[in-house]
Amino acid sequence: MDLTKEEENALNGKYGSGLEKAYKILEAIGKANNATKFIPIKWAHISGVNFNTIGEAGVKFLKDLDKNTSVSVTTTLNPMGYDSRLDNDLSANFKEKQRDIINSYTQLGVNPTFTCIPYEIFDLPKEGNVSFAESNAAVFSNSILGIKTNKESAISALASALTGKVPYSDLLIDEMRKPRIKIKLETKVESETDYGLLGYFAGKTINENSVGIEKIKDLNLMNGKALSAGLGTSGMCGMFSIKNHNNAELISFGKEEMNKTREELDTAEKGELIVFGSPQLGHTELDNLSKITKDKTFKKKCMIFCPRIVSESVRNREIILKLQKAGAEIICDACTCLTPLITRDNYDSIVTNSIKCAYYMKKSNKIDVALKDMRTIVTEYCE
Amino acid sequence: MIEIKCRKIVGGKAKGQVLITTQPLNMLSMIDNVSGVIKDEKHELFKKTLKNKILIFPNSVGSSVGAYAFYSLKVNGVNPLAIICTHKCDTITASGCAISDIPLVDNLNFKTELMIENGTEIFLDADNEKIVINKV
Repeated sequence: MDLTKEEENALNGKYGSGLEKAYKILEAIGKANNATKFIPIKWAHISGVNFNTIGEAGVKFLKDLDKNTSVSVTTTLNPMGYDSRLDNDLSANFKEKQRDIINSYTQLGVNPTFTCIPYEIFDLPKEGNVSFAESNAAVFSNSILGIKTNKESAISALASALTGKVPYSDLLIDEMRKPRIKIKLETKVESETDYGLLGYFAGKTINENSVGIEKIKDLNLMNGKALSAGLGTSGMCGMFSIKNHNNAELISFGKEEMNKTREELDTAEKGELIVFGSPQLGHTELDNLSKITKDKTFKKKCMIFCPRIVSESVRNREIILKLQKAGAEIICDACTCLTPLITRDNYDSIVTNSIKCAYYMKKSNKIDVALKDMRTIVTEYCE
Repeated sequence: MIEIKCRKIVGGKAKGQVLITTQPLNMLSMIDNVSGVIKDEKHELFKKTLKNKILIFPNSVGSSVGAYAFYSLKVNGVNPLAIICTHKCDTITASGCAISDIPLVDNLNFKTELMIENGTEIFLDADNEKIVINKV
């Protein structure tokens, strides 16, 4: 790679062991991905916060990092394992390790935002390059906002936060953002859950940086979010494009593909617990949910995962109160992926509208999932 | 003696016996990071240890958090001395070796299974991008 004098110095440890390590990580990833240089970023969003995700090794790595170094661009943080302001029966060890992780990140100057939807909450840059480790945020940013990021990992996004740089490769290069394969839609895609299934199918089927999707003219926030999260969950693809791409090879997504994808994720008739989140719900989805529920109440326990900044904003006060009155529990700072809050010991099955939640519940928490869109969940589980 | 060119991903040098496989490894689920032993009974390296070996394998698969598994191996003193990817090096292995100071190279034209068997002693010089095999 072609490094500047300053990057070279940092790599050789002249500015401390923290930056040395960060550049070493980025150089290795850059080489592996055929990058020729580093370019500056405007924002970093770091994953690897939940203790269930990064484990003892992650805790140790973060603790061992030189704390004399700090982030050099605005850096936000993914959800952690639990809501520290609510009662829970998690082990003392889990909570202690979780606190260690948070301390390590905040000592580096990372904002403890605990959200996986930075695009709904913050004034992100309007253009340019960022380093986003959360897959749904990376896909959403590339595909809908038009800011550029690779699908980063906890480690690479942290290294980029410290250095303010990323290796110039893949989705940061305009030519690589053009899809070579596009999905030909041959079935109706209507609800947010359908969009999630479409995304999941595309990610699983296509091992490319970017995928085109035909016949989608307009995406509302809820469907765009579901499509991004589905795509980010199942493969390496970090972007979709609904523009016209004439030369792309076509792959069909018809009734059969839709049903097959649904069968993989929809493994229960009914859920003992209703779960909304992954990605966390923002203002629009909370508003939708409160409008659909009207004055009904949830017949089963209902958990809604959303960022604290959303749940506590004045704008959402009425919405949150209404959902709580309907019996929902609002959980902040956490999300459903690898959550210790929903375990096989407590539940055999859940119902959710989220493809990402369904995937992780089944795979990591070993819990069966009934997959239904928000409207159907309210119809079947409210009275 | 044979000298093969390779591509440096993480610098350093190592000399030791190789542990070789044509199957990828999922670092999170297939390795006991306390002992360094491969615990997946379906893997052809089942029951073999990474400790003090030069691992030759195609690449890592699975979650990017797998990079921390390399760090665990290092902290527990059971890490491989160095790693050679026979496919294009993936970001899990690249970032895992970078945080753990494990020399790492890749070589896409390395017909390893034809040239080397388990236990062969080799010298890997990642800094100078070469692999030296004493006996073939």
